[in-house]
Amino acid sequence: MQEASIIRIAPPPQPGYFKRTLGALFATPLNAIVTLICLWLFWLVLKGSYGWLIARMVTEGGSTACRAGNGFCLPFFQAKLRFLIFGVYPYEEHWRAGSAMLLFLAGLGISMIPRFWGRWLLVLWTGIVVASFVLISGGIFGLKPIETSQWSGLPLSLILTTVGLALGFPLGVILALARASNLPAIRVLAIVFIEVVRGVPLISILFMASVMLPLFMPTGLTVDKLLRAQIAIIIFAAAYIAEAVRGGLQAIPRGQHEAAGALGLHYWQAMRQIILPQAIKIVIPPLVNISIGFFQDTTLVTIIGLLDFLSTIRAAMTDPEWIGAAVLEGYLFAAFVYLVFSYSMGAYSRYLERRLRTGHD
Amino acid sequence: MKKIKGLKWVVGLGLAAGMAAVSVAPANAQATLDTVKKRGKVRCGVAPTSPGFSFADDKGVRRGFDIDICRAVSAAVFGDPDKVEHVPLNTNVRFQALQSGEIDILSRQTTWTFSRDNSLGLDFGPVVFYDGQGIMVTSKLGVKSAGELSSAAVCVLPGTTTQQNLEDYFRPRKIKYESVVFENTDEWRNAYFNGRCDALTTDRSDLASVRAIAQDPAAHVILPETISKEPLAPVIRQNDANWKDIVSWSVFALFAAEEMKMTQANVDTFLKSQDPEIQRMMGVNGDLGKMLGLDAKWAYNVIKGVGNYAEVFDRNVGPNTKLGLSRGPNKLWTEGGLLYSPPFR
Repeated sequence: MQEASIIRIAPPPQPGYFKRTLGALFATPLNAIVTLICLWLFWLVLKGSYGWLIARMVTEGGSTACRAGNGFCLPFFQAKLRFLIFGVYPYEEHWRAGSAMLLFLAGLGISMIPRFWGRWLLVLWTGIVVASFVLISGGIFGLKPIETSQWSGLPLSLILTTVGLALGFPLGVILALARASNLPAIRVLAIVFIEVVRGVPLISILFMASVMLPLFMPTGLTVDKLLRAQIAIIIFAAAYIAEAVRGGLQAIPRGQHEAAGALGLHYWQAMRQIILPQAIKIVIPPLVNISIGFFQDTTLVTIIGLLDFLSTIRAAMTDPEWIGAAVLEGYLFAAFVYLVFSYSMGAYSRYLERRLRTGHD
Repeated sequence: MKKIKGLKWVVGLGLAAGMAAVSVAPANAQATLDTVKKRGKVRCGVAPTSPGFSFADDKGVRRGFDIDICRAVSAAVFGDPDKVEHVPLNTNVRFQALQSGEIDILSRQTTWTFSRDNSLGLDFGPVVFYDGQGIMVTSKLGVKSAGELSSAAVCVLPGTTTQQNLEDYFRPRKIKYESVVFENTDEWRNAYFNGRCDALTTDRSDLASVRAIAQDPAAHVILPETISKEPLAPVIRQNDANWKDIVSWSVFALFAAEEMKMTQANVDTFLKSQDPEIQRMMGVNGDLGKMLGLDAKWAYNVIKGVGNYAEVFDRNVGPNTKLGLSRGPNKLWTEGGLLYSPPFR
């Protein structure tokens, strides 16, 4: 009835995409100038990178050729690629660290697919973690034992990040619940823990773990350095995750709690079935933000002498044979690998948000 | 109730895993040798990366001058130079790692100074490398000595004492300079090459390596002045005389071997030598090894494992490497250098 009385006017014909863009870029003389300057800068960058990366690429000869030439140094990667990835992990045993990494990435790939979500993933991950640990550290099944001081490169960075986040997450959720708790003692403890950890830089916690802790231990008693750094990272991740999750908890309307109570669910049931699933869904963006941040923050362990991915690359550049020959190449490789990992995390989180959007929030 | 029981299990397993990673060593401070023998490896604190002194080759194997010192000790104790676990340490944690017993030796380009020797509960072994801070300038500056510099921009690294030494040298001589500090060695080196600084300062061994990789090494001059003394020595915990002796005499064996013209290749021929000192050193006669608590052939093993001092030097930092260092003061006393081993008797 009402619809009939509205007079519909056809929208004016839209210009094509190309025309629209051109119109926007050259709308006024100022716009035109800015556009031209940007195009020119873009051209310079493109020309420069093409010249360096492809036209002047040094493809043969050793470090001397790279130092003399002014282009991308391919021989550096031919000589060092395995070192860049695995660091000082024994050369003949690289397959172990490599297959552990593949296992791990495969596990990650499977758990990213919603169809496979279920309790058996926990079993799968326990298997992957145990298998990777056995592969990397050895000592049984005839595998040569390899001390943690030789764990390095990309596998070390991935271990520190994922173990840190995987153990930090449940701890963080518990801390967030404790901070929102009605029991004052628990709440105060959680607040003190979170605020103290967040109030201190990660570097100083790593220093504490690697310098102070051994001095407090009885003489001759030492805790593995990697384990100390890992615990520091777990604690740190937990504090940050706790605050993100708390944000999610606060966004859940009071009515949800009351409804859960009305259904006769007790605290843990309500949390597990109703509150947490919604809260964590809300905080996926900040959690991914934290994950990406921690992946990059693990480079700080270089300060206590652990060779993570970035410091492995720097180590490769300080081999006397290659000093000053491939500085840019090394850092670009590091940037590329970090970008690939960080971008995939970001892309997956965007997918996850779309997938979990239920429409009623 | 059931849930809590499960939790207990998880906690228990966690604790057990934690305990497995904690290793216990005898609390007796005197017993480093016993600890090392029981462990089957020498734990050696080294620099994560330091060209020529501690670096990883293409296959990730650690090599370098400092590494070879550790290998010499390993050869003396186990008869095998490869029973070493390298623990990479940065400058700011190196002494604590030794104090807390995490490592047995610190072989990390560490300068022997009065305060380190007397306030840290540590002992220094014999000096293995005499270094000193120097200054390098571009030859087009036309400067022949540090005294001729004026208002020069000097590129420095924020090292432990580098900046202080520069100040200590220039201030009393009333020479004006501007120090430009870089956190990263690549930036520091490139700033000098690109003309941001007139001069570059750090230890002479490092200067030589920077010069070696310059596009035109002849365009750079290392000035004759050494503005600080940097005797680099291995470090051990105080109050373990036996362990200190083992480290010291492993180093002395390297010096003595060069003096006696023994090399990794020809050391076997010395087993038949008639010279009584060589016989004692090789363990053919006498009981020097027993006095250290080691095998009679400990010194033979050191030389068989890593060679003499000249071989160690040449392999890692010598003229045929990219660093291209000359021996300088690190020559034998018989050749006008500072290396001198007490006699083996």
